[in-house]
Amino acid sequence: MDNMLNVALPKGRLGEKVYAMFERAGFECPAIHENNRKLIFENPEKQVRYFWVKPSDVAIYVERGAADVGVAGKDILLEYSPDVYELLDLDTGKCRMAVAAPRDFRDNPQRTLRVATKFVNITKRYYAGLGRDIDIIKLNGSIELAPILGLSDVIVDIVETGTTLRENNLEVFEEVVPISARLISNKSSFRFKNELIERVAQSIAEQIAEVSK
Amino acid sequence: MNFPEAILKNEEKAIFRLRSLYRQRGYEPYKMSKFEEYDLYVRNKSFLVSDNVITFTDTDGKLMALKPDVTLSIVKNTREGETRKVYYNENVYRVSEGSHSYKEIMQTGLERIGTIDLYALSEVLTLAVESLGAISDDYLLDVSHLGITLTLLRLTGAEPSYIKRILDCMGEKNLHGITAICREAGVSDGDTERIKALVKCYGKPSEVIKKLRAILVEEEFAEALNGLETVLELASSDRIRLDFSVVGDISYYNGIVFKGFVNGIPSAVLSGGEYDELMKRFGRTSGAIGFAVYLDLLEDFSSVPEYDVDTLVIYGEGTPARLVADTVRERIAKGESVRAERSIPEKLKYKTLVELTEE
Repeated sequence: MDNMLNVALPKGRLGEKVYAMFERAGFECPAIHENNRKLIFENPEKQVRYFWVKPSDVAIYVERGAADVGVAGKDILLEYSPDVYELLDLDTGKCRMAVAAPRDFRDNPQRTLRVATKFVNITKRYYAGLGRDIDIIKLNGSIELAPILGLSDVIVDIVETGTTLRENNLEVFEEVVPISARLISNKSSFRFKNELIERVAQSIAEQIAEVSK
Repeated sequence: MNFPEAILKNEEKAIFRLRSLYRQRGYEPYKMSKFEEYDLYVRNKSFLVSDNVITFTDTDGKLMALKPDVTLSIVKNTREGETRKVYYNENVYRVSEGSHSYKEIMQTGLERIGTIDLYALSEVLTLAVESLGAISDDYLLDVSHLGITLTLLRLTGAEPSYIKRILDCMGEKNLHGITAICREAGVSDGDTERIKALVKCYGKPSEVIKKLRAILVEEEFAEALNGLETVLELASSDRIRLDFSVVGDISYYNGIVFKGFVNGIPSAVLSGGEYDELMKRFGRTSGAIGFAVYLDLLEDFSSVPEYDVDTLVIYGEGTPARLVADTVRERIAKGESVRAERSIPEKLKYKTLVELTEE
């Protein structure tokens, strides 16, 4: 086993923001700023290696040990329940999982509710908690379309600003759970690279505390 | 017959080493049938790693299951008051977490049923450490005490449903989650900090016990802490860490629980603990402790050998068969593996090539 810290970062704006946190924690890797198509960047001097992966895949990389730590949204952690440590709430990438429906929607509790969503497990758990019978329609994108076309009554999806919802004549009915980005770690790596991981987590925790002051 | 260990797969090597390890301490092999009545598993669903079980109807109409777990069967077949020291090596059938399909998983484990005193605890911990040592040189055994964790959680006055959620967060080392749930449950700030401090304690037993004594000052903790300290001293291994994020289902486990990790394998290869609560469910009053080693995980751990075969012997149509046979025998006598072929097989990797073809 190499003694580098392997970090899986989610591609996109959140990943860049998080990388900056790692950089301030003393794990910089200047190569990452080079504009190219490389996927792996490393700085042997700081014992760190970064790679960009699809945000929803970060948890898989970490759970299976291809990455020691990574940053994943709470939505992914709730949906797939990966066997990882959730070390920190990064207090960034904030949004919420919510039930949305057309503005004129009126719920009829005597009927099975048709729900379209990408997040099947979260949705099932939420409605099971309410004791509501539902028909889940799993979609992979453009969830907002479902109630407009009558495919479903409501949707369960991530809501950031609500602009997409508004533009499609939908609005939030209930909040399911607030979401933010989390620092996760592989359970085995946490033991064998304990010193490195604790150092990163500690330093990032301090940065978060500093910001929220 | 003598044979080089190199021909054994990693998991096979481990099986042999573990067997001799357990025999040394007087544990007896336990052999069981592949099937068990499904009823046993339905009643103890949450004890199983996954609650999917392969079932079939037996000729007499009974619903049977391919066993997904061994411990339950051993407990069921142990009479009240009986003392048992057994080990097993069985295939179990359950859904693997990654693929969501049924898999045959090779599992070795050990159970000790009867009066579990400090010596018995330390013996099982020692065997757990040595089991990991039989797999790799770089390993750690993380030990926790569910009794201590539960006592603390109950002292906070939190409702059982909250206790379960707090335990889940402890298992994820999810400190922010603990804060949120404690606030919801009305746990005081001081107690919340104590729970978080417990999760944060990770390290060598001698250091962590000191920290624990500072956090857990109430009298209720004294006995468990002293016991834990003695057991860890008796097991005396520098590979043991105390880690209170190791938790188990509280409807089965009660005291010491542990998980073993090997560098290079992404999840725990060994898992176990004291399960008096499970014994109670079967109406047994004695204590019990045991662990399982998940040998299937070792498969990924093994490296691909550089060569398929040491020597490749190539012979032609005109080569006398006796010459081929003699050459092969000669090479085998030298301790090599030999493959004799008429032409070089595609993709075969060999160390040396012996050509018996005459031009």
